[in-house]
Amino acid sequence: MNGPEIERLIQLLGRLPGLGPRSARRVALHLLKKRETLMQPLGTALADAARAIRACSVCGNLDTIDPCSICADSRRDAGLICVVEDVGDLWAMERGRIFSGRYHVLGGSLSALDGIGPEELNIGSLVKRVAAGGVREVIMATNATVDGQTTAHYLAERLAEHEVPLTRLAHGVPVGGELDWLDDGTLATAFKARRAL
Amino acid sequence: MDWSDEGIVLAARAHGETGLVVSLLTRDHGRHSGFVPGGISRRARPVWQSGNLVEVGWRGRLPEQLGNYSGELREPHAARAMDDAIELAGLASACAVIDAALPEREPHPAMFDGFRAFLGSLGHPGWPTIYVRLELGLLQELGFGLDLEKCAATGSTDDLAFVSPRTGRAVSREAAGPYKEKLLALPAFLSTGGLPSDEEELRQGLDLTGFFLERHVFWPHNKPLPPARSRFMESLQR
Repeated sequence: MNGPEIERLIQLLGRLPGLGPRSARRVALHLLKKRETLMQPLGTALADAARAIRACSVCGNLDTIDPCSICADSRRDAGLICVVEDVGDLWAMERGRIFSGRYHVLGGSLSALDGIGPEELNIGSLVKRVAAGGVREVIMATNATVDGQTTAHYLAERLAEHEVPLTRLAHGVPVGGELDWLDDGTLATAFKARRAL
Repeated sequence: MDWSDEGIVLAARAHGETGLVVSLLTRDHGRHSGFVPGGISRRARPVWQSGNLVEVGWRGRLPEQLGNYSGELREPHAARAMDDAIELAGLASACAVIDAALPEREPHPAMFDGFRAFLGSLGHPGWPTIYVRLELGLLQELGFGLDLEKCAATGSTDDLAFVSPRTGRAVSREAAGPYKEKLLALPAFLSTGGLPSDEEELRQGLDLTGFFLERHVFWPHNKPLPPARSRFMESLQR
């Protein structure tokens, strides 16, 4: 019905998260209608990003420069390393502006089910960073899932010989959360992690 | 058709953008997989963590279909084990071994009860012993039970110290004689009950169950023991 270029565009858009074939068709139509104002700038932005963005050789973050702007920022505390599973987690931490140290992106978590072992993750470079010295604390900010916490414990074992203090994020009641609506697992961990007032 | 049951989450794998394919050990329907629409959502994800006990409903047009699960968390074992590296490794190992070893859709209520007892024991002293007994129970359920009650050669119930790798039957120290190098060590806690006297006894128990699981359950399917089990063994040794 449509030309091969449009079909290909729809097919590629349909591979994006959140878009099925029907919404991909809508997006393609919208782009075609706004060719000058949206489609061409988007194409240029995509091409620029594909050309310029790469993984930071120090932490695994995505940026146009290597080392990334976080690793290169001398105002950030190089003695604190926050370990996250994915770049999305790093962005979430940066959104909150709650951490002024540096990061290390693992690129996933250990998962026997998906065949992801330590070799598939960015663990070797973390061990090297810590072994190089100057690190005062490593904060494990892996997800509060069985795989995420298994990864955190594994990292703790790998880093144990370097005698750097290891901490992990607290698990518990979210801000604005009502106890009545919390799942039992979160309540149990919150109870375990209670602290003196 | 539909049914409801109690189930323990063995594994959950993302499917599509928002769904999960979950494998459960249910009391009356055995190891049974199902699709959980929206299982990755912030609200649903804590429910479908390995080791959690959930009250589930399964619905499918035909019994042989994958079907859809809906569920409610009953006992959050995963959350309770998360702080302790060895407990978490034990939980992950038990889930992985049972998920890989049990046939699908074949009821094993004794296995369910044993697994639930093991999960309940996490956080208490002696839980690794229950882990070893869980694997012995798994072998039993699969038809490869070990006979650790009496000596295969003399019928004696005293001083059982070895297990024949061929028959899975206990052998007393006296009867083992010159063959003891070829036999597997039988830790005392498995023949007399009680708790292992030291880490070495516990490791012998895990080696014993690991040997027979590998030989009878995993090798025939050309599969190794799950990596989660090796990780559990390593974490116990540290």
